[in-house]
Amino acid sequence: MIFYIVRRVLYSIPIALSVGLVCFLLVYISPGDPISAIAPPDAPAEMIAQLRRDYGLDKPLPEQFLIWLGRVVQGDLGHSLATGRSVWGEVSVALQNTVSLAVAACTLAFALGMLLGGLAAAFRDTWVDRLAMTIAVAGVSVPHYWLGMLLVAVFAVTYPLAPSMGAGPGGTFVWDWAHLPFLILPMVTLSAIPLGLVARTVRGTVIEILHQDFITTLRGKGLRSGGILLHVAKNAAPSVLAVMGLQLGYLMGGSILVETVFSWPGTGFLLNSAIFQRDIPLLQGTILVLALLFVALNLVVDLGQALLDPRIKR
Amino acid sequence: MSALQAQSQPQSQPLVKVRDLNVAFVSKEATLHAVNGVDFDLAPKETLCILGESGSGKSVTLRSLMRLHPPKRTRITGTILVDGTDIVAASERELSSIRGRLVSMIFQEPMTALDPVFTIGKQITETIRRHEGVSQQEAQRRALDLLELVQIPSARQRLDAYPHELSGGLRQRAMIAVALSVRPKLLLADEPTTALDATVQIQVLLLLKRIQAELGMGVIFVTHDLGVAGEIADRIAVMYAGRFIEEAPTEPLLEAPEHPYVEGLLGATVTPASRGRRLTAIPGSPPNLRTLPEGCAFAPRCTYVVPACRAAVPDLLATAPERTVRCIRPAGLRPPMPPAMALAAEERAP
Repeated sequence: MIFYIVRRVLYSIPIALSVGLVCFLLVYISPGDPISAIAPPDAPAEMIAQLRRDYGLDKPLPEQFLIWLGRVVQGDLGHSLATGRSVWGEVSVALQNTVSLAVAACTLAFALGMLLGGLAAAFRDTWVDRLAMTIAVAGVSVPHYWLGMLLVAVFAVTYPLAPSMGAGPGGTFVWDWAHLPFLILPMVTLSAIPLGLVARTVRGTVIEILHQDFITTLRGKGLRSGGILLHVAKNAAPSVLAVMGLQLGYLMGGSILVETVFSWPGTGFLLNSAIFQRDIPLLQGTILVLALLFVALNLVVDLGQALLDPRIKR
Repeated sequence: MSALQAQSQPQSQPLVKVRDLNVAFVSKEATLHAVNGVDFDLAPKETLCILGESGSGKSVTLRSLMRLHPPKRTRITGTILVDGTDIVAASERELSSIRGRLVSMIFQEPMTALDPVFTIGKQITETIRRHEGVSQQEAQRRALDLLELVQIPSARQRLDAYPHELSGGLRQRAMIAVALSVRPKLLLADEPTTALDATVQIQVLLLLKRIQAELGMGVIFVTHDLGVAGEIADRIAVMYAGRFIEEAPTEPLLEAPEHPYVEGLLGATVTPASRGRRLTAIPGSPPNLRTLPEGCAFAPRCTYVVPACRAAVPDLLATAPERTVRCIRPAGLRPPMPPAMALAAEERAP
């Protein structure tokens, strides 16, 4: 098992490096010269050359990459062009907001998704199954910015039950009673897609497991439904965990649309403003942090699967 | 040997008593009559082998003894008494406490019949704890004894092994250990050696035989393999299209079968005596259980068929003590050999 963990961790190093390379090249892939974003339009040629030297843009590309990588490894993501604040500072605050929202939305989605999927599998081909799957399909197919706007219209405007803008007092979300109401609407909106996916995965996996021979053995041993459920759950866990991990990863990235609808100061919101302000260092840093988070999360999911299914670790 | 035992204690209560068992699987499209009027008894400590080809209803009959079919689609009628308990009338709750404790079962494919993500030890201890409510340590200790009983080498380590870490033979031994967890009075075995290769097959059969003698269980063993049946059974019942068509103690049945189908089966089996001769095949194929023929289900394939065969299902005919055959023209009651068959036999002679 230790060996497996070490191997998986080693595998993720080249992935992380490639992610870094792509983020670095972002500056060169995107149209326009990064200097033109800083320098005034009528700047003399000497000033531009000076700026180039200051930013290290006159060095060969591989050297630039290594310098950049060296700084990133030390936690220095540069400074935002728009605000001049450190990118790491901006990203970490936004990330905190997004992670709070993502964890809340995932918890809701996974709890409801497992309930719906489990019920659908247990009462297969009855109205319970059809109702649960209708909800699941609706959750996956409804555009979530539209759902967000609908929720705002109904629960913030017509019946003012929950606030619809921002993360609460101070602009940063913290887990206390003053901030919780701000979480409700974006959480519900964001949970729709993972809820649908988890419900469908749980249903499919459980039905497949219930058809396997060992279920007959378990009944033949005299186990009651509770005992059999334990076996079904442990067999279903790896597949469900994989879906959950991916979904959590997507949500961690922050939904640009949902965060914009609710003005939630998260990474999606941050990316959105970075894109519109052509704030390359901020964009670069945010994407890098999110991508690395995704890689780390995948690693955790892989290890979790190995822990649950003895056939994986070899 | 057990046949003698059964004779010496004829008054003793049978362990299993099955009367007029019918099992049908109902779906929207069709009703499939898998078992059509089966009667048999099993004495304590006796081994009965139910022999038949795929789709003859042997596994369905076996599973009826603990009602292990999918409950919604299955219709069971008749009487099944196991140690005095009425299985057909039992509630799901009563069934779950009978399963594994009074009756338990070994399956054909141990790879898929064991849960892949639970250790062997856990799969044994959960059965013990389900029925006896002992502590985990006590259950663990008994699981170890069971693995030793089924002769799994280095049993202590194997308790923590997962099914995929064992070889086919060891897996089947582990399956047997799971089935024996609570020392059932009746052990059902659904082709337990079919998925194993020949040498391992014999080892597992000998093991089952030894354990049966040691624990004094009744065993019902389903197989399509005549050799396996001859090795383990006290009595053999042959099934065809959901009915018992011949039932007799092992040796007489294998030496002198009476039903034409059983004669055909033996003729199609390789034995030392068949060396150098062509094996005979039974023409045709088994009947479709959705549309059974009127009379004897074997009539369309039978060499000795007469019009009366197609009129009604033949009754069971007692041809000797403890011997019954469902045929109006069994081996002892028909002309030695019809001309066509004699001719064919001559052609095949070396």
